[in-house]
Amino acid sequence: MTRINLTVDGAKVSDDVEPRTLLVHYLRETLGKTGTVVGCDTSNCGACTVHLDGKSVKSCNVLAVQADGADVTTIEGLAQDGELHPVQAAFHECHALQCGYCTPGMIMQSVDLLKDNPNPSEDEIRVGLEGNLCRCTGYHNIVRAVQTAAAGASEGGQA
Amino acid sequence: MIPAQFDYAAPTSVEEALALLAEHGDEAKVIAGGQSLLPVLRMRLNAPGIVVDLGRIEGLSGVRDDGDVLTVGAMTTHAEMLGNPLVAEHAALVTKAVHHLADAQIRHRGTFGGALAHADPAGDMGAPALALDAEFVIAGQSGVRTVPASDFFVDLFETAIGEDELLVGVRLPKHTGWGAHYEKFVRVAHQWPIVAVAATVKAEGGTITEARVGLTNMGSTPLRATAVEQALTGQPATEETVRAAAASAADGTAPPSDLNGDSDYRRHLATVLTRRAVLAAAGG
Ligand code: FES
Ligand code: FES
Repeated sequence: MTRINLTVDGAKVSDDVEPRTLLVHYLRETLGKTGTVVGCDTSNCGACTVHLDGKSVKSCNVLAVQADGADVTTIEGLAQDGELHPVQAAFHECHALQCGYCTPGMIMQSVDLLKDNPNPSEDEIRVGLEGNLCRCTGYHNIVRAVQTAAAGASEGGQA
Repeated sequence: MIPAQFDYAAPTSVEEALALLAEHGDEAKVIAGGQSLLPVLRMRLNAPGIVVDLGRIEGLSGVRDDGDVLTVGAMTTHAEMLGNPLVAEHAALVTKAVHHLADAQIRHRGTFGGALAHADPAGDMGAPALALDAEFVIAGQSGVRTVPASDFFVDLFETAIGEDELLVGVRLPKHTGWGAHYEKFVRVAHQWPIVAVAATVKAEGGTITEARVGLTNMGSTPLRATAVEQALTGQPATEETVRAAAASAADGTAPPSDLNGDSDYRRHLATVLTRRAVLAAAGG
């Protein structure tokens, strides 16, 4: 077992983990943060995307021990004071989900994308989300949601 | 799926890491960003006794201007390479290629040195490194040695790095002012290329004075298309001459056959992608 200390969604946590524990399993099974989901065995789907020290990563492809000392934000840490994050609100408004399984990862990656590029073109959104797969929507409404969130931010909201 | 049990060490210096490798021999596996290694461990295609994590060693990342070369720390992430102005100016071929490597999340974790040390023949960094005549800086207990790209890639997933050695940096000779393009052929987004071509050319007044062409996934290692490079030298950068030169792109290669395409198809792709890559490189 290896001791790890990190911050997850603003709370300090400290646990002994097996070195082989994947970050996603640590989040889900040890911390109960089941908002972050596992959609594949191959690191393709992006459903498990979280932010590690402010950058999007696939949490099924990071060892929990590699995250020792880091600051992790999951989908559960996005809303502030009961208010949906603007990207969450835009996904809701644009009906950017059907079954919803890809949604936590899509939203976390969209937030990362908008941080680097607050005004992305449609093409930049599609490329920026290429590591996230959706089996339901055909992506159109997801792209619209990201555009809507970007437009809201440029009108003075925050994203 | 989860990996088999392993021990874990997170050394804080290169010396400490080398001592661990010497102690554990072929039981040890080095993890950099882990974006190639973790899928392998999860599929249990490999089950090391100990994983040595380079993530806690200071000073292994970043790009430094060293006169005629850029020195890239082995732990520099793909995302850092993509956004680095020195790389864009002096080694544009890497910028072009890394843009097509995997996806944003993988580029945040995956490293330049890790990808090259992994030596997947379908990896996107090998052909550009080979085309740019990169030099690999390898540390061992008896000191540091430098290996040219032409000797670095030995076979499928095999490099000149010894079991008790570490890749600590990569030197990229500056190709300032050279046009560059990476033409990657894939069936679905964020996948490994079926074939890709890395081309960088120096052109003066519409004439190609020098050309470097690297091939991805055309054999067990990245390859140089030297016949194409020679045929292009001194030629005008026109569709006609580039097409003629690109016809020999697959000469001497033995590409794999798999579900994505058989060997002959890859040989054909190499000529088409070489033409496109060279024309795009000469045009920009
Ligand atoms: S579960 Fe992590 S990429 Fe699919
Ligand atoms: S909404 Fe079902 S996978 Fe995207």
